[in-house]
Amino acid sequence: LVENVKLLDRYTNRKAANGTLYLTATHLIYVDASSEVRKETWILHHHIASVEKLPLTTAGCPLLIHCKNFHVAHFVIGQERDCHEVYTSLLKLSQPVKPEELYAFSYNPKMSKDNREIGWKLIDLKVDYQRMGIPNDYWEITDVNKDYEVCNTYPPEIVVPRAANKATVIGSSRFRSRGRIPVLSYLYKENNAAICRCSQPLSGFSARCLEDEQMLQAIREANPGCAFMYVVDTRPKLNAMANRAAGKGYENEDNYDNIRFKFIGIENIHVMRNSLQKLLEVCETKSPSMSDFLTGLENSGWLRHIKAVMDAGVFLAKAVKDENASVLVHCSDGWDRTAQVCSLASLLLDPFYRTFKGFMVLIEKEWIAMGHKFSHRCGHLDGDPKEVSPVFTQFIECVWQLMQQFPCTFEFNERFLLEIHDHVYSCQFGNFLGTCHKEREDLKIFEKTHSLWPFLLQKKQELRNPLYKGFTAYKELQPNTLPFSFQFWCGMYNRFDKGMHPKQCVLDHLLSCMSQKMKLEDNASELENKLPFLDGPLPSEACSLSKVGSAASKTPMLNTPQDYEGEPPPVLTNGISVGNVDVMSDVDQKNKENLCNHQDLHDLNDTNVLDSEAREGEPQCH
Amino acid sequence: MPALACSWDVATRREQGWGLQRGGRWGRSQLSPCAPAPIFALLQALSSVDSVMMMYPFFYRPQDLRLEEGWHLFPLEQYFQQIAAQTSQWRLSDLNRDFTTCPTYPADVIVPAAVSDDTLRRAARFRQGGRFPVLSYYHPRNGTVLLRSSQPLTGPNRKRCPEDEVLLGTVLDEGERGFIIDTRSAQAAKQARMTGGGTEPKSSYPQWKRLHRPLERGRPLQESFIKLVEACNDASLSMDRWLSRLESCRWLSHVKAALSTACLAAQCLDREEASVLVHGAEGTDTTLLVTALAQVILDPGCRTVVGFQGLLEREWIEAGHPFHLRCARSAYSHARLKQEAPLFLLFLDCVWQLSRQFPFSLEFGESLLLTLFDNAYASDYGTFLCNNEKERCLCKVKENTHSLWAWLNQPEEKKKYLNPLYSHNPLVIWPSVEPQSIQLWQGLFFRWIRPSQYLDEARAEMQRLVEGNEAPAKESAGSRLSRSLSDPAARTENER
Repeated sequence: LVENVKLLDRYTNRKAANGTLYLTATHLIYVDASSEVRKETWILHHHIASVEKLPLTTAGCPLLIHCKNFHVAHFVIGQERDCHEVYTSLLKLSQPVKPEELYAFSYNPKMSKDNREIGWKLIDLKVDYQRMGIPNDYWEITDVNKDYEVCNTYPPEIVVPRAANKATVIGSSRFRSRGRIPVLSYLYKENNAAICRCSQPLSGFSARCLEDEQMLQAIREANPGCAFMYVVDTRPKLNAMANRAAGKGYENEDNYDNIRFKFIGIENIHVMRNSLQKLLEVCETKSPSMSDFLTGLENSGWLRHIKAVMDAGVFLAKAVKDENASVLVHCSDGWDRTAQVCSLASLLLDPFYRTFKGFMVLIEKEWIAMGHKFSHRCGHLDGDPKEVSPVFTQFIECVWQLMQQFPCTFEFNERFLLEIHDHVYSCQFGNFLGTCHKEREDLKIFEKTHSLWPFLLQKKQELRNPLYKGFTAYKELQPNTLPFSFQFWCGMYNRFDKGMHPKQCVLDHLLSCMSQKMKLEDNASELENKLPFLDGPLPSEACSLSKVGSAASKTPMLNTPQDYEGEPPPVLTNGISVGNVDVMSDVDQKNKENLCNHQDLHDLNDTNVLDSEAREGEPQCH
Repeated sequence: MPALACSWDVATRREQGWGLQRGGRWGRSQLSPCAPAPIFALLQALSSVDSVMMMYPFFYRPQDLRLEEGWHLFPLEQYFQQIAAQTSQWRLSDLNRDFTTCPTYPADVIVPAAVSDDTLRRAARFRQGGRFPVLSYYHPRNGTVLLRSSQPLTGPNRKRCPEDEVLLGTVLDEGERGFIIDTRSAQAAKQARMTGGGTEPKSSYPQWKRLHRPLERGRPLQESFIKLVEACNDASLSMDRWLSRLESCRWLSHVKAALSTACLAAQCLDREEASVLVHGAEGTDTTLLVTALAQVILDPGCRTVVGFQGLLEREWIEAGHPFHLRCARSAYSHARLKQEAPLFLLFLDCVWQLSRQFPFSLEFGESLLLTLFDNAYASDYGTFLCNNEKERCLCKVKENTHSLWAWLNQPEEKKKYLNPLYSHNPLVIWPSVEPQSIQLWQGLFFRWIRPSQYLDEARAEMQRLVEGNEAPAKESAGSRLSRSLSDPAARTENER
């Protein structure tokens, strides 16, 4: 517990008020002591990406915290000694060393064992393969990998062509980086064209592998409607060529029958990490000019990368739908770019994946089961910083970009994406722990932790898209990928800078319209009976209900002028009174936010979460 | 003969605005570059008829509208009455009834009650084009006012004008402070002295504090716009090139600057409780941009369909924005006329930004802004013809053309422009001017490029959802919207 702490707001010059910092086992909590309405800021330790101590100022010792969900908190702590203490504690708490220290293993939402287990069974990939019509004449689900002998980063059950026997599978696995053989990702039932994925071949400059060639032939022949298949290497050509020197590389068109080989040119994890870093620097710049921002956005290259991923997804979807061709996709190991591109293509081709359930299946299938190394890419544990990369974030952003172009095609809204993104980093649920299925088994994830999906489904009402026109309204999506179709996602990268967002929320309003409609429908029959006896307007109950609803969402967030001067403000003298009102609005905002947090915490666990120190102090959570 | 001219004009005016010129730019035209030269020249000549009175609106006679309808919806008298109801410090003066004091002002202007017409006439001689300070907006919350004028003719010899000083002095009580927002840089304002213009020196206007907020205008603004349109239409651009051209055209910087300056003016009025005078050089371009925008931000009345029309009428049309010069050609035209500049478009863009940040606070939607844009450049109606009221009188625009407002306010037509999410918001709407909060107006710049099917469906879905929700509530007292729809007259009264 540290008193006399200030939380600076990045976008206003007003004087920050004093407050108190609490460190719990899982969260850092800041309570603003000055305002009348309680204002709290909660930061999950697992969300902390970096903690920096800045040079001492007259106000105290500044502590800058960057979070993985793009929250940036700038504290000023009165005493240098306190600051250092908080700093070292946070360093330790934010970088657990052993998996057992992760939140998911202590998170206990008072749920029966049975329910917990049912939760893990909510998503069954076999059902999804059945939906695609598998097994069928061409494809089968095989347990050849049940002991992880073919590939230790694949799940035990994989889908391969019936024509590929065990020898072919094993042979092919020896010729693919880390044994990640070609397996089915998505079968487009309409024309039997398939999307398959694997890692790069160990071809070097000239090596060949008969079984691998047979494997590709089997995939091509599983789609009798098309004489050729695409092999797509999602890396830039230069990178792929460089890999040949290390005995890896890409398919030689001469060695495989009827393949069309293509490079797509998505950059690697290191380029993406640096790009995000640059983007975030731009987002954090204080009052940049329009030119600064646009130049920074361009120089970060972020939207260029997003476009590259989207273009690749569109290419796959078009090959499958328009050319009836199967596609085999790989990058280096086939767990980053390959996951992005395959899942995006599925999303474009199949409306099921645009539903709540379908999107969960898609993530479980293409990301979790197929061994996207969440633990490394998200830096869950103290490890190699060069392994961290926003690959999944990019996928989530691509989905958001699609939502902008096709507002009625997704069952869920932006908040669902943000919620998932938060939990990929929060380590509160077991789904994203570890790097692959085998590791999750070893960690006993399924026995010791909870699955995220049932929790998200519980919140379905607030995560749904009110404009969704249903499963059958749209089939394949063909997004426009001209540069102007990509927008900067303020809701993600400046999510915690509320001042930048629209001041009135359409989503909230439409959601409340929706829930009212449901209520009214429920009441309808009742009202019909009463109406004839009423003189005048509808029963007050129904009216006030709707009134309250719309008032709540339509009332503009109390809104105050920001600093429009751009220069030091010599002119406007009585800025203080202005500031006060602003604080109030902030308070409302924060309170609303924290309400969910509280709720969470309260429902889930009221014994373990707060350590004793915090509970003794007066700011108990309620 | 008129009939003939009329049909030619329809075709060419339309072609020019929406087919040929833009078609060329937007890669849709069969005509543009390969059209036979004589036809092209003919079209060009016809599409910018020299004589206003030969223009299409003078021949356009829709069946269900009467000629005089819509022209007198927003008399300044009515606006003045609202002010008079609260204070006696202002009066309506018709000193400009023959347009001699100021050729670009309307006949009536609102001025301080304590200043005589004679003083005003003298003050007018000290302002470029005779545009002496007049009231633009009265802020009812605290009685502060927004004034506008042109630059003072200080000149190289630092001339003074006691009447102008009296006029501005009268606006402020003793000890009160006011702000002059000059839409030029301090440097540019200083340089203007060389050509006879200038700015108010502190020594002569001690109660007024000057702020310089340079806004782009004229040729550079037109160039900015042309560059943006070119970039938007270049489908071959990579992401990097696109962002780089979006940056270098500077259009969004102009949007940000205009919004910031309007917010500053609004902030001075509402928060600092100080009156504000806005001017640039002529006082017919950036000045109006700032004063009109500030009113949308401050005054909920301006955010309704009818209120917004009144604002345009008062602050753009009657205030003498030279529409004929600024919007002579198609907005997308290559012809770089000296006087051409998309200031009105910049204003509409800023309003669109407000509507995006406050999606419930404007009664109208994007479609109204697009229609206004269209009509400012090529119209069946006389509303945006000519450069000022004097010209409109000479050309008898109000007698011989139809008013755009009459057409827009027909219930069936008006319905198309309503924002289904609208709910009266009595507060000031302070937008964010961070770059992250300002977006390119896709609905305008990609209107003919971007497939709109999915967005239209979303809009329809939204409408359905909101209306479905309102339907049961309609019988209740809260059906303001639907009632006013069916009774436009009642609406107008409500407004003011």
